[in-house]
Amino acid sequence: MPIVADNISYAYNVGTSAESVALRGVSFTVERGEWVSVVGHTGSGKSTLAQHLNLLLTPRSGSVSIDGAEAKPGSGESRVARRRVGLVFQYPETQFFAETVRAEIEFAPSNWGVSGGALKACVDEAVSASGLDPALLESNPFALSGGQRRRVAIASVIAMRPDYLVLDEPTAGLDAAGIRELIQFLSGVRDAGLGVVQVTHDLRSALSYSDRILVLENGSRVVSGTPEFVARHIIDNPVRGLVIPPVVRFADALRKKGMNVPLICEVDEMVRAIGIYKERNKKCGS
Amino acid sequence: MRFMSAPSIGQFIPGESFIHGLDPRCKIVATVILMTGLFMASGIPDFLLWFCLLLLCSALSGIKLGVILRSGRPVLFLVLVTVVMNLLWTPGTELARLGPLRITREGVLLASSMGLRLLFLVIFAGMLMMTTSPMAFSDGLERIMSPLSLLRFPTSEMAMMMTIALRFIPTLFEETDRILKAQISRGADFESGGILRRARSFIPILVPLFVLVFQRAENLAVAMESRCYVPGARRSRMNPLKWRGRDSSALAGLALFVVFAIFCDRYLFKAILAWLAMR
Amino acid sequence: MFSIRAAAYSYSESGTPALDGVDLEIEQGEWVALVGANGSGKSTLAKICNALLAPTQGTCFVMGLDASDPQNTSAIRQNVALVFQNPEDQIVASIVEEDVAFGPENLGLPPDEIRRRVDRALLLTDLELYRARGSYSLSGGQKQRLALAGALALEPDALLLDESTSMLDPEGRDSFLSCLGELNRRGMTILQITHRMEEAALAGRIVVMESGRVAWDGPPPDFFDGGYLRWSFEEPPEMALHHALLTRGLIPQGTKPGVEDMLEALCL
Repeated sequence: MPIVADNISYAYNVGTSAESVALRGVSFTVERGEWVSVVGHTGSGKSTLAQHLNLLLTPRSGSVSIDGAEAKPGSGESRVARRRVGLVFQYPETQFFAETVRAEIEFAPSNWGVSGGALKACVDEAVSASGLDPALLESNPFALSGGQRRRVAIASVIAMRPDYLVLDEPTAGLDAAGIRELIQFLSGVRDAGLGVVQVTHDLRSALSYSDRILVLENGSRVVSGTPEFVARHIIDNPVRGLVIPPVVRFADALRKKGMNVPLICEVDEMVRAIGIYKERNKKCGS
Repeated sequence: MRFMSAPSIGQFIPGESFIHGLDPRCKIVATVILMTGLFMASGIPDFLLWFCLLLLCSALSGIKLGVILRSGRPVLFLVLVTVVMNLLWTPGTELARLGPLRITREGVLLASSMGLRLLFLVIFAGMLMMTTSPMAFSDGLERIMSPLSLLRFPTSEMAMMMTIALRFIPTLFEETDRILKAQISRGADFESGGILRRARSFIPILVPLFVLVFQRAENLAVAMESRCYVPGARRSRMNPLKWRGRDSSALAGLALFVVFAIFCDRYLFKAILAWLAMR
Repeated sequence: MFSIRAAAYSYSESGTPALDGVDLEIEQGEWVALVGANGSGKSTLAKICNALLAPTQGTCFVMGLDASDPQNTSAIRQNVALVFQNPEDQIVASIVEEDVAFGPENLGLPPDEIRRRVDRALLLTDLELYRARGSYSLSGGQKQRLALAGALALEPDALLLDESTSMLDPEGRDSFLSCLGELNRRGMTILQITHRMEEAALAGRIVVMESGRVAWDGPPPDFFDGGYLRWSFEEPPEMALHHALLTRGLIPQGTKPGVEDMLEALCL
């Protein structure tokens, strides 16, 4: 059962001089157990799309349905949608308000009336899923390191046990170790059966980790599909603000020479292919 | 929907018009004169004159009338309350009666003039902010207040604070919108429950906002320091304020208008009305 | 340009020191990338180089001026400008050109000189078209270039960049980095703190910080030939590719890590 956004359009500041169209008839699907990346330049509409998935925004035209039921604005239904689709904003640690990590993580589930033992179970589950040290539960969230704060912020959304997790630039501001841990965590979340949507301007990370990619440019869909397919398309038709990772360009050059390597592949794979190729035609001396 | 959008008041609209080019001191003094004049206005015909002035301002600033009028929007509710209060609680000649509520002739007059006065006040203040860059505005204010610095009043620091405050209004509204959306995404509910519960529900908005503002302030202070800002030290200006002939003429013209408007309101319109009544 | 000797700094008396004996010499015109995990002391070092903090032990000389001496503060800040991570934290005025003018105004320069500097800084950062615009209406990349313009208007000899590209998208980052490249060609000394190895590869020299000390110092090729493996940096895949091709002897020593260079050297 997927989230389906069907042909949605949206504009900000309608009716004022600052009116700006953010989405133009974009369609999007994410299944449970799947990792979809939405990539595009700043202002391409990718964050606006993310905010439609949990009904923070309602489309001007088109529709969003969650697991087959069309989501309509109205406080009852949109609250249900918000629990099923957890949305993690960019720099989510800036929403902290509680004095302890525990209270911060309890916030979301308790807003839906979860209490007592069930609440504790929610918190424990979120803490272990996000790889957070349980000893930190009673500490002050503001006193943690950057990477730990990001985990607490994501755990605080996971704690409401959503079926989908939508993250806006989740790796922004993290160092290399922090990014690796986060990517690992998100793969775990996906493997546990949640639908993961990652909004990012980093084509490289989208190509390496996601199952499918949607590319937006100026509010419109440019291409969508598997990383391999999307990479092929962007090499042939450059998209504003998206840089083809050098290794993908390298793989493309190898393919043009007739080597059988996928566009998205490991370094070892390419080196092996080059070795075989060189072995076969020993004509170019050193 | 954007939950919080920056108010249109306080937003500078860059331009090169006559009004944009006036000295900020001229515009600040002009706004004070206009406000004084508005407090003396009382009759509906008088407000027609003021409206004509607004049309003139629109032409001289190159800003559309609709955009200028929109700066009155934030106070519409206040205006409405003022109008209703005056309409219902002014004693005098009865015009209509609805149960215990009496609407009087005096009430209608007072309500309309109070409402219009408030609206015009805000719109003219908005006009000042729309045509004056925040930096020029605080420069102007600093110079107007400069006699106070003799009394050790920190006018230049005050002006710098104002520049920064104005600069951060749009940013803070954006941040508030983001925090609000993030907490709603975590199930925050601002609509149900009693007053106490609702008040408590704003803690998850206010705490992050305060944290953010303090962080911003700290970072900004470091950035300003690294850009050689020393509080209280003498600064120069890229565009030093220059009082020109047209500033004097604009101010004189405006003063004449206000005197004329008050004269009309006090004598001319009354005389015309009296004359019409005699016929 | 910068001469740092055994510099140490602690934010609190009891806590672990942010800097724990740093020795670093940076010459005029160098472009140095300062890398290291969060909390390794990179930002503290940048603040010491800008006289925002004074080392609790050791010394820092900037262009021969002792950064601990309050009398030198103003001269150092004019010669060494700092650009931070978040452009929103550095923009003081609502209008682009007014913000660029902020620094020179603080120096008390005459209006003509301020205008000349503002024009030059806007030209260098490719923002002339936006000079009368509201700073809030700029994109992230443009805002960061505005922060850079504000720093350049001080006409410094060195730039300190504290993760200045980390909040930008690829478009904004590219435009920002190409500005830096041009400035460096004109002789600007650049000390750039970054997490991105692709950016570090652009520099002429890489300095790794670890627990408040300099842990490695050398040119990028040496760093990427294996030096980086000791620290948990994100390794750009093209560097891993370069390394793998080198070790298998598929490309000769000295081949640059660019895609085109490697392809050419492979002679397929």
